[in-house]
Amino acid sequence: MPLNDTPAIRLEDVVFRHGDRLILDGVSMTIPRGAIAAVMGPSGVGKTTILRLVSGQLRPESGRVLVNGEDVSAMNRKALYRMRENLGFLLQNGALFTDLTVFENVATPLREHRDLDEPAIADIVEARLDAVGLAGTGDLMPHELSGGMARRVALARAVVLDPAIVLFDEPMAGLDPIAVSTINALIRRTNDDLGLTSVVVTHDVVQMKKLADYCYILAEGRIAGEGPPAELAASDDPAVDQFMNGRMDGPIPFRYAGAAGS
Amino acid sequence: MSARWLEPVATAGRAGLFTLQMLAAIRPSMKQAGETLRQAYLVGARSLIIIMICGFFVGMVLALQAINALAQFGAADQVSLLVGKSLFRELGPVLTALLFAGRAGTAIAAEIGLMKATGQIDAMELMAIDPVERVALPRFLAGLISVPLLTAMFSAMAILGAVVFAIGVMGLDAGVFWSKLQTGVRFGEDFMGGIWKSVAFGGLVSGTAAWYGFSARPTGAGVATATTNTVVISSVLVLVIDFIMTSFFT
Repeated sequence: MPLNDTPAIRLEDVVFRHGDRLILDGVSMTIPRGAIAAVMGPSGVGKTTILRLVSGQLRPESGRVLVNGEDVSAMNRKALYRMRENLGFLLQNGALFTDLTVFENVATPLREHRDLDEPAIADIVEARLDAVGLAGTGDLMPHELSGGMARRVALARAVVLDPAIVLFDEPMAGLDPIAVSTINALIRRTNDDLGLTSVVVTHDVVQMKKLADYCYILAEGRIAGEGPPAELAASDDPAVDQFMNGRMDGPIPFRYAGAAGS
Repeated sequence: MSARWLEPVATAGRAGLFTLQMLAAIRPSMKQAGETLRQAYLVGARSLIIIMICGFFVGMVLALQAINALAQFGAADQVSLLVGKSLFRELGPVLTALLFAGRAGTAIAAEIGLMKATGQIDAMELMAIDPVERVALPRFLAGLISVPLLTAMFSAMAILGAVVFAIGVMGLDAGVFWSKLQTGVRFGEDFMGGIWKSVAFGGLVSGTAAWYGFSARPTGAGVATATTNTVVISSVLVLVIDFIMTSFFT
């Protein structure tokens, strides 16, 4: 099958357990190339777990995780590292290297995986910082940045190798409304300009309606609903309705799923 | 019952695998050499002052005790021999390693533990950068390189301390002091024997620190535990390995 027909990411009936606790109970999803897909659901439902299964940091108990048609769960370390060069991952708090400058943070993947001379690296890094609206901040240290700026630097770093797929773990959590809009706009622009496939994990329904092309709603280890955000908002599935409209009452329990008696 | 005994064995096994993973990551590359030197500066050169101060005072107290003990047999002029032998073979390498564990081992464990807690180790893995090669290995090699050098400096300062006390304070004859030291202490057996030990201690301390940093739980308390464990376990290991190496090689 030619690469462009294979979905960028595909989960087939994935089961994942953390200790005794069942996190994912037969989750399947298909994320087409070029789309921004959102994975939503209440906190602790296993959204981040899905990203870590895609990046190969976790392995499913059963089922398959395919990235560009290749089974991540069957890869050895070397194949995994090769796959990750083509995969950007924006971690929850950005996870910038605190002892390196902004410039060096963005330059790190280039230095590691591309054989470029110093002026070429400087050109790329400056261009990428400019693209996230942070031109001229290269000499700052991460602790001198605001939360929103740090997130943007992390975004620049995540896409500096021109990956085909970028995973975003709660990219808007803990940011002020303006920074949220900025990050949203950047995710959209980066996705379309660079021709990426993006997966965004979030619980922010309002932002997701604006950003995502397609949504998956995860509840109690299963996909409770999927579809374009507008369709989901009008869904009459009780779990989807509860989440999309933030109701306290509904099938999604207000309890830790691992607690006794649940 | 069995699970309780299995856990330490499993931990030791994982630590062993971690060491192999580090060794397997050694490459003859400029980048790795550069980072190793940078770490040798951070963990080694910055331990220099404390090592020198401690060495000086250990030398003085050794001379004091030795003179007191030897004077009972009228052999106070043998002080440099006693100081030299005990220092080069045992006290220099062991005390340097223990000080290094407290000064540099804790820093390594806390730094790596914090990198883990803030997701930086994760970020590296996700960028297809091996954190064992990039973070653990340079620190391990830095320990291997800097502890023998620190040991030599410790011993030199201790001899100086002994000189100050024995000759300066107690008024022993300088010529006797130096000639006893020169004839009695052998470079190959005494001095180099200690240096070889300190190479092992250096790797032991920095390797233990890197291991505890990497296996720290990603929380504040986890980092604190990792730092404590580094000092406790590496100190115990240094003394145990010291006994084993001494009984095999002498």
